Amino acid sequence: MQPAAIQQADTPIVTARKLTKQFGSYRAVDGIDFDIAPGKCFGFLGPNGAGKTTTLRMAMGLTPVSSGELTIFGLAVQRHAAEIRARTGIIPQADNLDPDFSVEENLAVYASFFGLGGPEIDARIDTLLDFVALGERRKAKPDALSGGMQRRLTIARALINEPELVVLDEPTTGLDPQARHVIWGRLTELKSRGKTLLLTTHYMEEAERLCDELVIMDHGRILAQGSPRDLIEQHVETDVIEVRGEGDTLRELARQSGCRLEQMGNSLYCYTQNPAPLIEQLKDRHALRFVHRPAGLEDVFLRLTGRELRD
Amino acid sequence: MNTLRLPRIRPGALYVWRRNILVWRKLLIPAMLMNFGEPLLYLLGLGFGLGHFVGDMAGMPYLAFLASGIIASSAMTTASFEGMYSVFTRMVPQKTYEAILATPLDVDDIVAGEMLWCATKALFSGIAILVVAAVLGVAQGWQALWVVPVVFLVGLCFAGPAMIMSSLATTYDFFSYYFVLVVTPMFILCGVFYPVETLPEAVRGAVYLLPLTHAVHLTRGLVAGAELTQPVLHLAVLAGYALVSYVIAAMLVRRKLMV
Repeated sequence: MQPAAIQQADTPIVTARKLTKQFGSYRAVDGIDFDIAPGKCFGFLGPNGAGKTTTLRMAMGLTPVSSGELTIFGLAVQRHAAEIRARTGIIPQADNLDPDFSVEENLAVYASFFGLGGPEIDARIDTLLDFVALGERRKAKPDALSGGMQRRLTIARALINEPELVVLDEPTTGLDPQARHVIWGRLTELKSRGKTLLLTTHYMEEAERLCDELVIMDHGRILAQGSPRDLIEQHVETDVIEVRGEGDTLRELARQSGCRLEQMGNSLYCYTQNPAPLIEQLKDRHALRFVHRPAGLEDVFLRLTGRELRD
Repeated sequence: MNTLRLPRIRPGALYVWRRNILVWRKLLIPAMLMNFGEPLLYLLGLGFGLGHFVGDMAGMPYLAFLASGIIASSAMTTASFEGMYSVFTRMVPQKTYEAILATPLDVDDIVAGEMLWCATKALFSGIAILVVAAVLGVAQGWQALWVVPVVFLVGLCFAGPAMIMSSLATTYDFFSYYFVLVVTPMFILCGVFYPVETLPEAVRGAVYLLPLTHAVHLTRGLVAGAELTQPVLHLAVLAGYALVSYVIAAMLVRRKLMV
């Protein structure tokens, strides 16, 4: 252990203070503060239009910061965007692989944009293709790959410069469950190698599995921040009982239960620290179907951001 | 505030240029056919067909007159096509620039690299026509090789405006306006097919503001041995168009991508 490494571990990789992004009269990001510790996975969770992607784009110097401070590796993004990007791997929301190049050429050409090349990079391409299990498809064009394979290639491409920080904008949106699990496995592996991950998502399961710390964002603001476990403890009751059935019966139950209630269509969500009495009651009512489960991040998310539809 | 600064020229432009030449290399055969085929058609069809009736023009065989003009106009169309259709494809549907911007490269590198690439393609077409002209015996000696750097400059001068169009376009259809209203009039009016001196005086003044007129003067002087009275002026006009359009294109592409 070197003393320098210990000291470095305390310094955040990313720091934002009163970070704001204004598009005309619309404030996409509204004075947010956060710190990202090295070696952690930090998540931005929020509905569409919450300001997640805009925050990432500001961090990478891809859109100007309107006001506030944003530093990465101790460098201000406004003046050092190129240096920061040289040490970062970026995985965009939509794959933008080069359709004219094969899998391995995509990696080699991308490396050249970093000024990288030669035998060392050739060896690194082999390693990365193994890492994302695309070694056998190295001569294929991206169009011939499945969605999951394209995503894996995009991940390999983002690692070509051996980044310290990996930024992922909705890494598994649009993928099937199998492909999603493969991606999660690769990202967990990256974290265990000491890389710092910064990701946006609107999948609760993804946030719960991957993130050490996350913020829930909506309308450009941070509504809550903490580990997934902390957020659940702080913002919702321990248990949820989801009941489905007729409106009248439900309302009657609601009055008696003493739970915090939320209704969606003909489902009633009862949040409580003490589920036993309600469960006893429900057991006798065969007209009602119910599910009892521990509260999760989704409950926190819906409580904080509301249930109305977002586009 | 970020959009008002002058663009930088850095080695990163060459990485972008290199990406394009690697793609081009994969389509070498059709690309070469395009380079030789179209100008050959013009030269043989118009040069021999029309030339048979015209005989000499401006003191030289019509084929020589036409070949030296087509070198310039072909550089114009090649750079314009690449700067619009191909650049737009990489900028919008293909998102190549989005991918490049996730690396240390910047918008300035992309615009400079693309302009260099457009000029390189113009160069390929210019060389192809020069070869055809030499084979047909209408290139006047070794000084004709000076046309090679000139064609590169002509390419840069038309690449910039084409990229400005790409940054303003929302669909490919937009480019038809530019071709119909800018490229085709220059092709017809700027001295490729006949000397601009034959145009009415009012039109002639306007035609001298257009870059292709200056490009044709240079290529005709160098390839066909016509008298070159103001080479510095012609070069300065081309360089001026290239530089000003580069600055504007970099600003507009930045505005389009960095939101």
